[in-house]
Amino acid sequence: MEIQNHDILIVGGGGAGLRAAIAIGEENPNLSVGVISKVYPMRSHTVSAEGGAAAVIKPNDSLDDHMYDTISGSDWLADQDAVEAFVHEAPTELVQLEHWGCPWSREPDGSVAVRPFGGMKIERTWFAADKTGFHMLHALFQTALKYNNITRYDEWFATRLLVHDGRCQGVAALELRSGQVRAIAGKGTVLCTGGAGRIFPFTTNAAVKTGDGMALAYRAGVPLKDMEFVQYHPTGLPGTGILITEASRGEGGILINNQGYRYLQDYDLGEPLDVNEPNHPRKRTMELGPRDRLSQAFVQERKNGRTIQGPYGDYVYLDVRHMGEKKIDKKIPFVRELCRNYVGIDPVHELIPVRPVVHYVMGGVHTNIEGETPLPGLFAAGECACVSINGANRLGSNSLTELLVFGARAARAAVRFGAQAGDIVIDQIIALAEQEQRRIRERFFQPKGGTETIAGLRVELTHTMERAAGIYRSEESLRAGCDEIRELKHRFNQIELADHSLTFNTELTAALELEYMLDVSEALAHSALARTESRGSHQRTDYPDRDDQRFLKHSLAYRSDGDPRIEYVDVAITRWPPGERVYGSK
Amino acid sequence: MAVNKTEANETGGSEATVILEVFRYHPEQDDAPTFQRYDVPYREDWVVLDALNHVKDQIDGTLTYRWSCRMGVCGSCGMMVNGEPKLTCAAFLRDYYPDAIRIEPLNYFPVIRDLVINMDDFLHKLSEVKAWLVPKEEKPVSDGEHLQTPAELAHYKQFSMCINCMLCYSACPVYGQHTEFVGPAAIALAQRYNLDSRDGAADTRADVIFSDEGIWDCTFVGDCTRVCPKNVDPAGAIQQAKVAATKDWFRSVLVPWGSK
Repeated sequence: MEIQNHDILIVGGGGAGLRAAIAIGEENPNLSVGVISKVYPMRSHTVSAEGGAAAVIKPNDSLDDHMYDTISGSDWLADQDAVEAFVHEAPTELVQLEHWGCPWSREPDGSVAVRPFGGMKIERTWFAADKTGFHMLHALFQTALKYNNITRYDEWFATRLLVHDGRCQGVAALELRSGQVRAIAGKGTVLCTGGAGRIFPFTTNAAVKTGDGMALAYRAGVPLKDMEFVQYHPTGLPGTGILITEASRGEGGILINNQGYRYLQDYDLGEPLDVNEPNHPRKRTMELGPRDRLSQAFVQERKNGRTIQGPYGDYVYLDVRHMGEKKIDKKIPFVRELCRNYVGIDPVHELIPVRPVVHYVMGGVHTNIEGETPLPGLFAAGECACVSINGANRLGSNSLTELLVFGARAARAAVRFGAQAGDIVIDQIIALAEQEQRRIRERFFQPKGGTETIAGLRVELTHTMERAAGIYRSEESLRAGCDEIRELKHRFNQIELADHSLTFNTELTAALELEYMLDVSEALAHSALARTESRGSHQRTDYPDRDDQRFLKHSLAYRSDGDPRIEYVDVAITRWPPGERVYGSK
Repeated sequence: MAVNKTEANETGGSEATVILEVFRYHPEQDDAPTFQRYDVPYREDWVVLDALNHVKDQIDGTLTYRWSCRMGVCGSCGMMVNGEPKLTCAAFLRDYYPDAIRIEPLNYFPVIRDLVINMDDFLHKLSEVKAWLVPKEEKPVSDGEHLQTPAELAHYKQFSMCINCMLCYSACPVYGQHTEFVGPAAIALAQRYNLDSRDGAADTRADVIFSDEGIWDCTFVGDCTRVCPKNVDPAGAIQQAKVAATKDWFRSVLVPWGSK
């Protein structure tokens, strides 16, 4: 088998992966970087991020405020040393992106403009209209084109980490065009594969978000941290799950129920201001509360019969009509485009139907503040990683900044590791990749008379996850979910592919993705079962209170032959002792 | 999502179907492409991509195509739909129903398999035109952001909206004849940086854009602009680039003492 050799490998070509790749070129242009991505980098899901990226730049803001907002938003589960590093480096990263051409929206004087987002004391979200992720990703991709030390493996699908002698020395990856599994070696490997929203039936996430990097690490013995924390974004379009950005509320949009009533005032999120008041929208209040609390309020409204029933489930309305056509076209043009195309309504004149939708996985591959995982040679950054700055609930507009700050950090850590690491044991790495090639061929290409289908199991899995680990969970729902996932994993062995060809076999990649999704789901459900408290996005109906005595800790899910083993590690507290999350007060 | 939709139908109950005629080509097995017919449930709110996903999941797992975001921004799912280049996630069945819908890979690109095209050529061109910011003057990050007024931003913003979906190449008669032509999206992205107040590399890019005579064959047919799902107006970018080049030529020939 041929082997490709690089100093550093990046798995994933989205925002975190490209930032990491560029960081290596900045550190040392003589280091060769391989970027392995199952899609062309500009197709990665960063492209869909709309609202913006948070960093302190305006004189009325302060680093401490950004830290406090993030930590209280996380329900005190974020590591405070990581949050401090993140907030400190955030402005530099966003300015750097400006220098790479990102078309940030501007103030009349030419400085970068900011807007408010949920859970923020002061407006600090940089934005490029409402296609911030799109512009960031293309600016990063186009900037990466000028680095000759970067080799891209576009449409290569990573299937296994090649671990020898207790150290990650590369990956096995399936080249989609040829159908060959190849060994790609690197002294450091950085996972930047994004989240896993596709394990749920109703999600904003693109098709590619199947938890690949999380599962790769988990299978290599690396724990997944805080997997029980899943963010529901309060405003997705029913049916498709397409995201309507929080910026629509930052710019003044309001949420109303079937009575036309601004129901958030009943959920300890403060008093509503009239939309024509100059102080509307008030920060950390009502529609600018944090995402977990807003999504939970929806469920209560539904329980009380105050939502609207539709063919794709219940919904409420987002009203932006008072903003007027001009402001809508300037600040949230994509929202208008999406509503017109996918709902057939014009938000300038009509109400937007919305409901909570799975958006982001706070948990991920366990890393420290440098992006290092417990496995030497393996690093992770972006949504697939859990540093953690997001704790039990991520603040809107922190994720785009996170992928820059920690993409760069993880890359630098990988470079440091590579500089002192011994040589790659080529023979062993090739042997492992050959073994992987055989596993895939035997498992998926040899007819076994199995009766299960990919789509069938995938549908069952996603519905299991929704029932077991939705916005509200209980021991009963989670135990049933764990049992069902175990059964689905067993049934996965009965999957039979119709497509046995080598050329661009997307049925094979769908099967491999489903296998990843099963592993990630297992870790998630068991972590949620073990956390017998409610915190942030993890709401247990049987344990409704936060329990700092027992659970001011990160969970770590380790793969085992049976159910995963759950351990805990302390949260790093520096300057903010655990307190009450207060929203809506002055 | 598709899942929810299927369930909604089972309770709602409509028997209507729509016929897809899908281009199939498998290089390991086929000498020439064929068309395969699939009967798919008709749903008012389905896009062509939903119909393809239904085929993939329920009828024929070998059907091969790209998709990801299903919201018109990742640029993966461009195909010919009844002869027109379209993002299939934004092409609604209701706009074709009850007629059959013919789905083919994007025109003028080599086909890898079924509806999957090879777009290496475009990525190569994107590098050639230096589609990245080359700062007019180096400024350390510690000195903060460049100032850029909303008017300066508006100057290039439209051309920055390109999602690299390749529909414009598929609509371009010049590219169809002559694939050396840099082509609409790459020129639009070059122009995006040329017009950026922070950039200083317009001259270098012009060398590449005009290195091939293809651009002079572009007669402002404007099909690229017509099919662009993001209103980028690549035809406008090409015309602007040509005007700039012509001005430079006149200046160097007629007023050689003038500053360039």
